[in-house]
Amino acid sequence: MEEVDVEPTTTLIPGVGLKQKHLGFEWGPGDILVYETNFRPAGERSGCPSVHVVRKDEDIYSPILRKLFNESHHIFVGLQNITEDVPSKNKKPQFVSISKNYRSVIRACMEELQHVAGVTCCAHLVLFVLRLHSQVSILLATELIWNLCEVLFIDAAPAGCLLLHLLDWVRLHKADVDEKAKEVLQSDSPTNHLAYWDVPSGTQTLTEFDMKWRHWHEECDRCLQDKSFASNPHLETICKILLGDEDAMLEHKELLGTWYHFLVSRLLFSHPTVKPAELHYYAKSSMDMFLDSRSVPEPLDSILLAAFEFDLHQVIKDCSIALNNWWFVAHLTDLLDHCKLLQSHNLHFGSNLREFLVLEYASGLVSHHSLWQLAVDYFDHCPEFGRVYLELQLERVPLETERKALKVLRICEQRHMTEQVRSICKIMAKRALSNNRLGSALSWSIRAKDAGFATLISERFLQDYCTRGSFSDLDLIDNLGPAMLLSDRLTFLGKYREFHRLYGENKFTEAGKLLLSLMTAKIAPRSFWMTLLTDALPLLEQKEVHIYTHTHTHTLSIKSCVFVCVFQGEDVETAKLELLRLALARNLAMAIVKEGTVEA
Amino acid sequence: MDCINAKYVSQKISKTRWRPVSASSLQQPELLATGSWDNEDNKVSIWSVGENGGHDSTDENVSGVCCTLQTLSVLHTWEGAHHYQCARAPCTAVVCSSPELVSVGEDGRVVLYKADQSRIVRTIENADSSTIHAVTFLRTAEVLTVNSIGQLKLWDLRQGNEPAQILTLTGDRVPLHCVDKHPNQQHIVATGGQDGMLCIWDVRQGSVPFSLMEAHSAEMWEVHFHPSNPDHLFTCSEDGSLLHWETSSGSDTPSFLQGRNSSMMSRSATAPAGGNQSLISAWLSGDSSKGRLETTHMLPSQTLSVNSLDVLGQCLVCGTDGEAVYIHRRVLV
Repeated sequence: MEEVDVEPTTTLIPGVGLKQKHLGFEWGPGDILVYETNFRPAGERSGCPSVHVVRKDEDIYSPILRKLFNESHHIFVGLQNITEDVPSKNKKPQFVSISKNYRSVIRACMEELQHVAGVTCCAHLVLFVLRLHSQVSILLATELIWNLCEVLFIDAAPAGCLLLHLLDWVRLHKADVDEKAKEVLQSDSPTNHLAYWDVPSGTQTLTEFDMKWRHWHEECDRCLQDKSFASNPHLETICKILLGDEDAMLEHKELLGTWYHFLVSRLLFSHPTVKPAELHYYAKSSMDMFLDSRSVPEPLDSILLAAFEFDLHQVIKDCSIALNNWWFVAHLTDLLDHCKLLQSHNLHFGSNLREFLVLEYASGLVSHHSLWQLAVDYFDHCPEFGRVYLELQLERVPLETERKALKVLRICEQRHMTEQVRSICKIMAKRALSNNRLGSALSWSIRAKDAGFATLISERFLQDYCTRGSFSDLDLIDNLGPAMLLSDRLTFLGKYREFHRLYGENKFTEAGKLLLSLMTAKIAPRSFWMTLLTDALPLLEQKEVHIYTHTHTHTLSIKSCVFVCVFQGEDVETAKLELLRLALARNLAMAIVKEGTVEA
Repeated sequence: MDCINAKYVSQKISKTRWRPVSASSLQQPELLATGSWDNEDNKVSIWSVGENGGHDSTDENVSGVCCTLQTLSVLHTWEGAHHYQCARAPCTAVVCSSPELVSVGEDGRVVLYKADQSRIVRTIENADSSTIHAVTFLRTAEVLTVNSIGQLKLWDLRQGNEPAQILTLTGDRVPLHCVDKHPNQQHIVATGGQDGMLCIWDVRQGSVPFSLMEAHSAEMWEVHFHPSNPDHLFTCSEDGSLLHWETSSGSDTPSFLQGRNSSMMSRSATAPAGGNQSLISAWLSGDSSKGRLETTHMLPSQTLSVNSLDVLGQCLVCGTDGEAVYIHRRVLV
């Protein structure tokens, strides 16, 4: 196992672990459950009244940061759907614009946080405001890093344009500082100096620009040597700065603010045609010159330095450690992967880096009560392990209402996750059944095409009928439609109810035929045979209308014999059986007579 | 598509409704209410929509949506109106025809209330053996409910505990999720089902729908006729799309459609029963040669499920599972 890079941080849980109690814990999907316990049971068995939930990432619960997650999800899905019909080199402007989208989302979030922090002025919300400010500074740093990555890796500007982009980058983040510097510059220097800076944008080649710049540089130098500015010390300083004199620049450290501003200013005035490969040398030296040799570089500084050194993996690694959730590294790495900038070396514990980070991010989201839906799309775009993760996670989404269950079910069905579909439908059907909602239970069984459960529900209906003598939920049974065919028992139920209905409407012949077919079709449960035979009794006794022909009667008598054989020794109502035998015999006699008679 | 404003609101929206404006004033609605779901604490929020003016709304958020300073307070709570034997049951829909309220739930009950009375006026027990998904008033004292075994039930609230009429689709019992009645012709009703089919019914005639149209690829959550221009219908679905349907019984094709549109032919289950053609609504003209049906996708790109929509005048609002509210202020109706 590799060594741990940094010391693990300690989190204090208030009110726990006092009085020499031990702590027990259990991992949850996104959090840890912590409780007090005693490793060795000591004397009185006092339990712990509360369980503490410790969450690692509180950002997903912040209402303003939630917008970041939602909006970036939208951009992420759009990025994955960029079609493959455009060749890679033409996709660069699309990638740059997506990168700018991500950044604008970060900025919008930052501005809203700043706004809320500004208008909140309650005394007891001081901690809240402090947290907002720290969230703002983290977002500022992430936007800074993202912007630099966009300039160096995604846009990959060549020498010449590179400096302009870096200038924009610094200007964006040091807007107020730049104002002051601009004032200083513009008040004194001649305008033709500034005109030179519009040049590299396209009209001239790099070498032409380089020549002109060198020429101008020599002019400036000569002016300085000639002491033409000696009268005005400010002007002299400016001239020195324009010549790229580092000491002069360092004297105005407070105007520059950061070492990377210093770096860009240095490059602007001494090496405007810097090539990307040379950047790291200037970056390192600028950082060393700017910062005190004693101070330890902050995480942000080392990340930016790694970026200037074009060491993408180091950037990602340092960001993962420095930030407390995976949002930034997951989205950035995904975008860089689309730009084909990450070498696909496989990690020794899973798939490639991009998939690993996206999976980690999505796993963090899925434990959120609302954002779990976003995680689904992220898992979808992880080709190796995404599906497995999704299958496991979807089973654990709590299903408080039918509507939520329908949504989860739709997600499973769209991805052909039949096991999960069956499992969810069964959970909902069982719940409905226990609440006596037979219609809902049946509707869930139909959705899952679960014949077993449909049988169970039909049994319940039939039991109800046996105990009460009438059917409940007629609106359901009367209108089963093709769903009746889902299970034999259900078909029997539907047809039996139809028999009752026909009987009620005095359509005795049809009722009789239906009853016979029910008995011969072998779909009747055993417990119902007696009931069916008993139902046949009044039909057999019908004097006015002759229902059963002699073949039918034969069948009926065979059936009753079978019944007796099967139930021999069991508690059978012998009186009913006697009546039945009598009715069958009489019917048979009548049938023989009637059918034998020739109409005169 | 540039007239669509999106606002991320940090809560998944389950319902959204415009505050009604009086019919006489020609103003566009300015206040809307949203209800959230899937949060630990769910809220109802009121939003005010600023004036868009003539310029493109993408440059500033001045014309955006913001929370109003109006506050809501609970007037009355009817606890446990929907329940099973031992537990509470979710209430799935509520409809209001001032001062009467009707609610339906997963327990299969239809409950009637009056806004100023603290006791429940009446409960129809065992109205349904399955979950009732939506309810709407047809006439005063007549409501229509749809359930999860694909039945449309008409209830007369003045009499009895049995539905006055039951209508079903022949074929698979696909659950129905939403229902809306035509604003002017009260026998015409539209429903949306779990398979995304849009059905138009005539409750006077027969027990089968008049026409069936394939609308969406997943559950249709809401269907609305446009209140003042009922040749237009809007549907939204779990598949993340919001469709604007327009039917015209005239011979000329409308020429204004923008964005992606596709014409769909309507398949009718039965032909119209005859009678004066002009009296039959365009929705019921099953023969596609007599009228055309155009559909337009209203949202610019694929989003998560669109759970709710409302349309008033030229303004359309919808709420999604992507925790966003979309507003379109220039719907062509």
